[in-house]
Amino acid sequence: MARTLFDKIWDDHVVERLPDGTCILYIDRHLLHEVTSPQAFEGLRMSGRRLRRPDATVAVVDHNVPTSDRSLPIEEPESRLQIETLEKNVAEFGVPYFRLRSKDQGIVHVVGPEQGISLPGMTIVCGDSHTSTHGAMGALAFGIGTSEVEHVMATQTLLQKPARNMRITVSGQVGPGVTAKDIMLAIIGKIGTAGGTGHVMEFAGDAIRALDMAGRMTLCNMSIEAGARAGLIAPDETTFAYIEGRRFAPKGDDFEKACAYWRTLATDDDAVFDTEVTLDAASIQPSLTWGTSPEDVIGIDGVVPDPAGFSDPARARQVQRMLDYMGLEAGQKIAGTRIDVAFIGSCTNSRIEDLRSAAAIARGRHVAPGVRAMVVPGSGHVKAAAEAEGLDRIFVEAGFEWREAGCSMCLGMNPDRLTAGQRCASTSNRNFEGRQGPGGRTHLCSPAMAAAAAVSGCFVDVREMV
Amino acid sequence: MDRFTTLTAVAAPMPAENIDTDQIIPARFLKTIQRSGLGKNAFAAQRYNDDGSENPDFVLNREPYRHAEILVTLDNFGCGSSREHAPWALLDFGIRCVIAPSFADIFFNNCFKNGILPIRLPREICEALMEDAALGSNARLTVDLQAQCIHRPDGSSVAFEVDGFRKHMLIEGLDDIGQTLQHETAIAGFERKRALEESWRPNIVMEDAS
Ligand code: SF4
Repeated sequence: MARTLFDKIWDDHVVERLPDGTCILYIDRHLLHEVTSPQAFEGLRMSGRRLRRPDATVAVVDHNVPTSDRSLPIEEPESRLQIETLEKNVAEFGVPYFRLRSKDQGIVHVVGPEQGISLPGMTIVCGDSHTSTHGAMGALAFGIGTSEVEHVMATQTLLQKPARNMRITVSGQVGPGVTAKDIMLAIIGKIGTAGGTGHVMEFAGDAIRALDMAGRMTLCNMSIEAGARAGLIAPDETTFAYIEGRRFAPKGDDFEKACAYWRTLATDDDAVFDTEVTLDAASIQPSLTWGTSPEDVIGIDGVVPDPAGFSDPARARQVQRMLDYMGLEAGQKIAGTRIDVAFIGSCTNSRIEDLRSAAAIARGRHVAPGVRAMVVPGSGHVKAAAEAEGLDRIFVEAGFEWREAGCSMCLGMNPDRLTAGQRCASTSNRNFEGRQGPGGRTHLCSPAMAAAAAVSGCFVDVREMV
Repeated sequence: MDRFTTLTAVAAPMPAENIDTDQIIPARFLKTIQRSGLGKNAFAAQRYNDDGSENPDFVLNREPYRHAEILVTLDNFGCGSSREHAPWALLDFGIRCVIAPSFADIFFNNCFKNGILPIRLPREICEALMEDAALGSNARLTVDLQAQCIHRPDGSSVAFEVDGFRKHMLIEGLDDIGQTLQHETAIAGFERKRALEESWRPNIVMEDAS
């Protein structure tokens, strides 16, 4: 029977099918970070169980780490405790660990692919919803809760029921200045934050095939924002070229064998999806969000919606509430809206390709007066690569802060936070109320759009700047 | 996980609807690195005054309810966040069974994962059990999971429903992990076959592993 990419990965990992249809699903990679692992390690210790596969597990610290000077101790006691606890746990259970002060450290979803830990055809889990990022490799990757983290630690499996298949086809080619972030915002804008519920979402079509791995990761990263359990892109030559030579990837003969297997994974031509969505790439604009949900998307030439335009009174009230929170007027043009902060970073957009596209805008320009602009590379390796290319100098000369790797201002859990009322052009993935700090106002956009806003002092059409 | 067979215990009445996970364990206690130890902050907002002293009016601060192992409450208990801190806090306080007309879905599932028995019963029955609970230590309830019934102090009993698989897990003291480990042979077999047929699959070994 014709199968999808998801079906094939699933079938290859079923250890046993239980009578009620639940499957014991084998997990190839378990990624740990400091926030969601401590109780799972504690559970393991309390029940006297061992960590089944330290050699399939890897840990890194990212959420709590300051992105300023790494030689200083961590000030916030709770953050420090979570980090120290992870360090104790990985030592006790023998888990491979990327230390805070090593070049390998970074955001878990940047580090996995970069190190060749996340590979096509794998099942990959982490106690973090944006684990969907790794789906760009052609892997089934999803976030899990703390009980499940412990379950994977002890058994290297999860109890799961299969998801439904969804395909999003983006056909044609995007116009200049339009990035993977804009494609994904357009998709979420179209299907909504519940559009993918219960589904694993495969991205297909010419516009997707044309994306580099960084762009594919941006797309899959935000599939969770569209409600999907996971995002997937079939592995192809772009994927294999990205993987070859990475630290933990198979080498030599093994690499050839792996590629031969990975080539069999693509969805069969006659496979049937439960849900199909299509978009025309040419119609996608450089986009951003105006509200406090990732589905509140408009093109840069668009206007903020008017609550009066909604027939459903509950939706109208909700829109009004979002406008109040965001400090926006109904009907105002989004272009020209002043910003206070530009944040370029997060597991959505902190790879070298993202920094290049922001630097192309920043080069020879300067951050507008009164704007704080920060660039936070996704990992120590991204930082080093950027410095080798001279991107750091472009940013610093343009008045951007050049920081150490971490989650930073993606969420208000470390010292990088918005203050109440501040408006931010952010390359992250969630614009929920207070996500970047209590009272902060987040507009999600691409790295180029964020850089353009930083140097202009307000949102502008990036196409006018290239 | 501790087995759940028969529980004879003091029941605390909480006659309120929509007791959410934030009431069960306020968000500020979530930055913890442990799942044990949350009990002292269970229901913190109602249980303690601003100066940290106990609020004598709150049911769990009164004898004999300090030792309650059963809660009887009203609709939609456990609504709010999906985090597991709520059942962890109840369990750490000593609660093994919650009886209510309805529960929030995720909380309901999380209870079973942590050895707590949530029981759904019609509102009139919950109210009657609350009257029993109000009698304090003279009026313990006995929850017999095997027989699926609750024995009331007056000698009468009330039957309840529970999913067969989950009942089995609680009675055997199996958490999901314990259950899965019963399939250890299949898991090990899967790993052996893999190692043999797909030896290209890399493991993560660090030269300078911590
Ligand atoms: S960068 Fe943001 S979304 Fe990504 S893992 Fe860190 S906190 Fe989560």
